[in-house]
Amino acid sequence: MVKRIVVGAHYGLRDWIAQRATAVYMAVYTILFAAAALGLPEMSYPAWHGLFSNGLVRFLTLLFFFALIYHAWIGVRDIYMDYIKPVGIRLALHVVTIFVLVGYAGWAAQILWRL
Amino acid sequence: MTKRTVQFKIYRYDPDRDEKPYMQDISVELEASDKKLLDALVRLKAKDDSLSFRRSCREGVCGSDAMNINGKNGLACLTDIDKVAQPIVLRPLPGLPVIRDLIVDMTQFFKQYHSIKPYLINNDPPPERERLQSPDDREELNGLYECILCACCSTSCPSFWWNPDKFVGPAGLLAAYRFLADTRDQATNERLDNLEDPYRLFRCHSIMNCVDVCPKSLNPTRAIGKIKDMMVARAV
Repeated sequence: MVKRIVVGAHYGLRDWIAQRATAVYMAVYTILFAAAALGLPEMSYPAWHGLFSNGLVRFLTLLFFFALIYHAWIGVRDIYMDYIKPVGIRLALHVVTIFVLVGYAGWAAQILWRL
Repeated sequence: MTKRTVQFKIYRYDPDRDEKPYMQDISVELEASDKKLLDALVRLKAKDDSLSFRRSCREGVCGSDAMNINGKNGLACLTDIDKVAQPIVLRPLPGLPVIRDLIVDMTQFFKQYHSIKPYLINNDPPPERERLQSPDDREELNGLYECILCACCSTSCPSFWWNPDKFVGPAGLLAAYRFLADTRDQATNERLDNLEDPYRLFRCHSIMNCVDVCPKSLNPTRAIGKIKDMMVARAV
């Protein structure tokens, strides 16, 4: 490959909006979840279990984890962009990060539906 | 103000003579008429003519004498010598290659500036007199066209330090918005295309170092926000 600076990948705006949208969702979820948790009659496993047996809570929580993971992906990729210059190493780190984050998403779903 | 002595700590580096840069402690006696940091530097230069720095208009219009003054970028000609803490620590603008002492190589900075096509693009036949704008449309260009390209902002921006070859930087983006905002310009789409990239525009995380240092009190962060607004308006 010739040594020229190549820029022009057209996903800048998409990721910028996604980062903000996921942040807003996480903030709203945190408030709602804090209210729900504090509204529990007692802080015990059965009460906790009861909260999460509600399908809507599970759905919103899973969405929270998806938002968190997408948000984290953009943030971590930004760090790689600034500090990791060799393209090969950066690509390898991207792949590893995506695998780890997708793994976390599956793990989060498994935990939620096991409660 | 009477005669007084000012203490300096100045970054010195002459690649032909010095193995590596060093900080030089030096003082200079000022005359009563000396008001600005640049006046003191001119006196210093008379004392030690190996000291190198750029200057031209000495009134904040040409943008030549930008440097890092006590850790903050600014123009020597606009900095009140009696208002800066001593010893006055002078370094070249951060993040750009040093040519000698306080002189940096601005090639990368101007490359980014040129990459946004800083000129009006209009393919209509030129009118007989001039291309008109309404006063409101003209108003939008205030705070944009005044940039003197001193590079204080871009060289105080960490995103520009890490990616000077890809990130346009605050000065270039301010100029980009100056033409995006100009109702006489017809290349809006091409200009937005040119910036819709994770590096060119979106390395800006709005930390506002640029606003903090701009000697002309301009606000590149606000201009960058308006470019993002235009992109959102175009996309949704």
